[in-house]
Amino acid sequence: MAESHGEASGQKAGAHTEADGGHGGAFPPFDSSTYASQLVSLAVAFVALYIIVSRFALPRVGGVIEARQNMIEGDLADAQKLKDESAAALKAYENDLAAARSRAQAISNETREKLSAASEAERKVLEDKLTAKLHDAEKTIAATRSAAMSNVRGIAADAATAIVQRLTGVAPDGAAVTSAVDASLKGQA
Amino acid sequence: MKIDPIHQFNIEPLFTIGHIGDHTIAFTNSTLYMLVAVALISVLMLASGRQLVPGRLQSVAEISYEFVASTIRSTAGAEGMKFFPLIFSLFMFICVSNLVGIIPYTFTISSHLIVTAALALLVFFTVLIYGVYKNGLKFFKIFVPSGVPIYILPLVMFIEILSFFLRPVSHSVRLFANMLAGHIALKVFAGFVAMLGVSLGAVGWLGGVMPLALTVALTALELLVAFLQAYVFAILTCIYLNDAIHPGH
Repeated sequence: MAESHGEASGQKAGAHTEADGGHGGAFPPFDSSTYASQLVSLAVAFVALYIIVSRFALPRVGGVIEARQNMIEGDLADAQKLKDESAAALKAYENDLAAARSRAQAISNETREKLSAASEAERKVLEDKLTAKLHDAEKTIAATRSAAMSNVRGIAADAATAIVQRLTGVAPDGAAVTSAVDASLKGQA
Repeated sequence: MKIDPIHQFNIEPLFTIGHIGDHTIAFTNSTLYMLVAVALISVLMLASGRQLVPGRLQSVAEISYEFVASTIRSTAGAEGMKFFPLIFSLFMFICVSNLVGIIPYTFTISSHLIVTAALALLVFFTVLIYGVYKNGLKFFKIFVPSGVPIYILPLVMFIEILSFFLRPVSHSVRLFANMLAGHIALKVFAGFVAMLGVSLGAVGWLGGVMPLALTVALTALELLVAFLQAYVFAILTCIYLNDAIHPGH
């Protein structure tokens, strides 16, 4: 009897014929007397599940996932913003540094030029002064020398007069002595 | 010792709820396991935490959510998300009840054709009604593929219409047959262990190692099948709904 029921239902009869000795009823999946109960159970259970899932479960889990997604995106955006800011700060710092460096370069060049110009001028003044002094000194030396030379002539004439007087006992003629001294000085010079 | 691989599919009324016409509506073991599945899904989805960094249970809930959501998006597009609750309910209901059914001495809801047929018809009528509601008569363009030469169009249309109306059959029988066959195979091999031991004594108990190993392997396979059939059911639902959303192909 179970046999015929299974065959009539058409499918999976092979599995059923093999070992259906244990109980008297039809092959359970094809026992239509249980269909109403199963359908009602399924309807109740599935509708309940659908309501739970659509009203509570999915909004809840979806909300958690979305909140996390938003948080991650927000954090990433913040990180990007901070990164951009730090890059901008680095750029500004580099610009400032370059500007300061070129300014320092300019100032040092300017100072160097000013100082060298000043020292050059000072050197010139000093050189002129020294040249003038040298000139004066040379003049003084020449004057002194000529003065000394004229003194030498006088002394030589006096000495020659004295020597001649002592040797001869006669005072020589002054003009003759002077011309003799001049001649000897000329010969020496 | 007798192997009775069919006993596990028996519907046992626990108590009677009422009558509809001639039919007795009973609270059966099937009802119980349906409610168990609903309860397990509810616990998973509602009692898991809401942490920023999810724990294990919360991860399972979120992975299920995103798994089903991405399946719908990839097969039916963003508009398919309207049916997210339906597909999520179907997937979770089938998956959880299949997995529970692998535990020895439990009952597998989807091993009954009436249940899988009811679910498949639910999908079928959802597709049909939504398709007509959304697209009007344009919905029936799914039976007229574009670019087919006119002289074979009638044949193609006939095949398309036939396959459309056979969808609930293949949709339901696939799940039902997989669960039924898997559980029968498990029971048969597990029964061999005891049968060998009882009939052949010590030699039989030693020989029973092989069917035992097979039972273990089959259980692993059944775990895969339990998940896979739920996934197949869900993804076919998505594909069918895609027809209703975008009937032009």
